[in-house]
Amino acid sequence: MSGLTIVRGRRTLGQRIVAALSTGVVNIVLAVVAVFWLVPTVGLFIASFRSSADNSQSGWWTVFLKPAQLTLENYEDLLANPTITGSFLNTVLIVVPTTILVIVIGALAAYAFSWMHFPGRDWMLIAVIVLLAVPLQVALIPIAKLFGAIGIFGSIVGVILFHVAFGLPFAIFLLRNFFSQLPAELLEAARIDGASEARIFARVVFPLGLPAIASLGIFQFLWTWNDLLVALIFSNSTSQPITVAIQSQLRQFGANIDVLSSGAFLSMVIPLVVFFGFQRYFVQALLAGSNR
Amino acid sequence: MTASLASPAVVGADARRPRRGGRNRTIVLAIVFLAPAIVLLGALVVYPILYTLWRSFYSASGGEFVGVDNYVTMFTDPDTFTAIRNNFIWVIVAPIACTALGLVFAVLLDRIRWATAFKLIIFMPMAISMLAAGVIFRTVFQENPQVGVANAIVVAVRDAFTDTAAFPGARERPDAGVVARDGALSGAEPVMAGGSQGFPLIGIRQSEIPETAKQAAEPPHARAGEITGTVWLDLVRGGGGTNGHIDPGKKGLPGLTVQAVDSSGAVVASATTADDGTYRLTGLDGGRYTVTMPASNFTQGASGIPWLGPSLINVVVISSYIWIWAGFAMIMIASGLSALDRSLQEAARVDGATEWQVFRRITAPLLMPVLVVVFVTLIINVLKIFDLVYVIPPGESKPAANVIAVEMWNVSFGGGNNQGLGSALAILLLVLVLPSMILNVRRFRRERER
Repeated sequence: MSGLTIVRGRRTLGQRIVAALSTGVVNIVLAVVAVFWLVPTVGLFIASFRSSADNSQSGWWTVFLKPAQLTLENYEDLLANPTITGSFLNTVLIVVPTTILVIVIGALAAYAFSWMHFPGRDWMLIAVIVLLAVPLQVALIPIAKLFGAIGIFGSIVGVILFHVAFGLPFAIFLLRNFFSQLPAELLEAARIDGASEARIFARVVFPLGLPAIASLGIFQFLWTWNDLLVALIFSNSTSQPITVAIQSQLRQFGANIDVLSSGAFLSMVIPLVVFFGFQRYFVQALLAGSNR
Repeated sequence: MTASLASPAVVGADARRPRRGGRNRTIVLAIVFLAPAIVLLGALVVYPILYTLWRSFYSASGGEFVGVDNYVTMFTDPDTFTAIRNNFIWVIVAPIACTALGLVFAVLLDRIRWATAFKLIIFMPMAISMLAAGVIFRTVFQENPQVGVANAIVVAVRDAFTDTAAFPGARERPDAGVVARDGALSGAEPVMAGGSQGFPLIGIRQSEIPETAKQAAEPPHARAGEITGTVWLDLVRGGGGTNGHIDPGKKGLPGLTVQAVDSSGAVVASATTADDGTYRLTGLDGGRYTVTMPASNFTQGASGIPWLGPSLINVVVISSYIWIWAGFAMIMIASGLSALDRSLQEAARVDGATEWQVFRRITAPLLMPVLVVVFVTLIINVLKIFDLVYVIPPGESKPAANVIAVEMWNVSFGGGNNQGLGSALAILLLVLVLPSMILNVRRFRRERER
C-alpha cells in the first residue's frame, strides 16, 4: 500500500490528468456496456405492459412519449389463464422436491465419500467426476422408454427423477469438497462420544456444511426452474412447467407477444428474487467448478 | 488436497474401534449412505449411456442392426451436417467471446465506483431461463424497425446518413379494392384463406423503382392456408392499360411487407414481395383476414436488417448466448483477480511498467488457470446448447441455425421418429465432451496428490 502512495506522490500533473481521463473513458465505456446489457430486458418488460395491438404497431420506447399505453391487461389475462397458472404451479412442484432430493441424496453420498472408508472409494469418486460432464442428451431416449414402461412418462415424478439424477454428480462433487475440509477433530470427538454415523451426519456435518448446501440448493433451484429441454420431453400438457407452456406460444410470435412477454416475466420473478437474495451462494456454486 | 486430510482421520477412527466387524459395519453403512445416489445414477445416467450407445447401431425403429450407418448418415445428411458445422462455429466463437469480454470487464471493474451495480447488470441474465432470454432477443431483433429496437437504431443511424426511402408518397389506386388507414394500405374487404388480394399503387416516381423490379405478374395460385397477391405500380410508362389491372408494362414492386391481420387485429402472417411484386402469406388457419401493407412500407428508409433471417440468425443466437454467459466469465475471473497477490503488480509499477505491460506480463499469466477453467466450462456448455437455438429462430431460419442438440431432439422427439440417428447424435455429443472429462479427472488427481 505504501508503495502505491509513493508512486502517486511522484506523479506529475500531466500523468494525473491522463489517469483521470482514462478513468473517465472506462466509466463511459462500461456505462454504454451496461445500457446494452439492460435494454433487451427493460424493453421486454415495458412491452409486457402494452396491449398486443400497440406492440404490433410501435416499439416499447414510444411509452416515453405516450405513457397512457401502459396497461395491466396482459398480466390480468395471464393470471386468468388456467394453463399458465397451472404450469407455474407445476414448476414449483417440480423444482422444490428436486432441490430437496438432490441436497439430501447428494449430502449422504458426499459424507460417505469424505468420512467413511470403504473399498473402491477413489474409483467411485472418479466415476462421479466423469459423470459431471455427461450431456443429458445421451439419456433422453432410453429414459423416455424406461419411464414409458413404468408409467411415469408425462408425469411430474418423471421430470423430478431425471433432474435429480443429473443433478447428483455436481452435488456430490461440491459437497464432498466442502465436507472433507471440515476439521477431523470434531468428527472424532463425536465418534468417541459414541455417536452413530447417522447422528454425526445429521448433527455435525450437515449443519456445518450449510454454506455449501445453500450454494448447491440455489444452483439446483435455478437450474431446474429454468429448464426447458427435460420438461419438453418428459412432461405432458397437465404436468408441463411454465417454460414449456410459454414456448408453445412461440410459433406465432408477433400475435402472441402479450402472453410471451408477460409470461416470460412471470417465469423470471422467482429466479430473480432468489438470485438477488442469495447471489453470494450462487457465485460460490459457480466457483466450485460447474463443469456441466 | 482434501482427501489426504480425510483418509488418516478415518483410519484413526477405525483403529479406535477394537470391535470385531467394525470394518464390515463401516462398509455396510457406506453402502446405505451411497445407495440412493448409486441407484439413481446407475439407472438414469450410466445405464442410459450404454443403451444409447447400443441403440445407435440400430435402425430408426430399432428392429434392425445397421452397424455404423447412423454415424455415416450424420456426416452426409445435409441437415445433420449443418448442425455439426454450426456447433463447430459455436464452440470457436462463443467461449472465446465470453472469456474475452469477461476478462475485459473484470479488469476494468477496479476502476469504477459502481462496480457492484455493473456486476449485477452483467450477471443478471445468468439467473433467467434461456427461454426468457430467447423471447427477449427475438423481440429485440424483430425485422420491423417500428417494433424491433435493433432495427430502430439501425434505421435511425442509416437515415441520418442516407436517404433510402422505400416508397414515400405511394397511395392506392382509388376504387380498386384498397383503402388507406393510418398510413397503411389494406384490402377493402377481408379475404378468405385460399384467396388473393392485389394492391394497385400510384404516386411512385419511376426513379424510385428499384432496378431489380420486373414486369408485374398475376398472383400465384393460393393453396389452402395461403393468401397470395401482387403489389404493382398501376401505371404504364407512356400511357395505356386499364386501371386496377395487371397489364404489360406495369412493374411489380419488390421488397414490400404484406401482412395478414385477423379479426382481433393481430398480425398472423407476414411476407415480402418478390421482384415481380407477388407475395404469398402462408400458415393461415381457415377464416377471413384483412391483407395489409403496414405504414412502414411508405415511410422514409423503413426496411430493417433481417436479423432473424437465415443468413444472420447465427449471429443473433450466439449474441444472446454471450449476453448470458459473459457475466459468468466476468464473475469467475474477477474472483480470480481478487485472489491474486497484488504486490507483484505494484512492484512492476514502481519500476515504471505501463498498465498494459503489467497486464500482459504479470496479471494475465497469473490468471491463466482461472481462464482455462472458464474456457473449458464454456466449451462443455456450448456443445450442449439447446434452448436458445430452439427458441429464437422463427420457422424459416430454423434449418440455418440448427445445432447437434436441437437436431437430436428433432430426429428423436420432434417428428423425425429416428431414434437410431438420435442416439448416434447423442453419442457424438458425449464423444465431444470426452476431452474435458479427461481434463477434469486429471485436475482432480493432481489436486489430491498435492
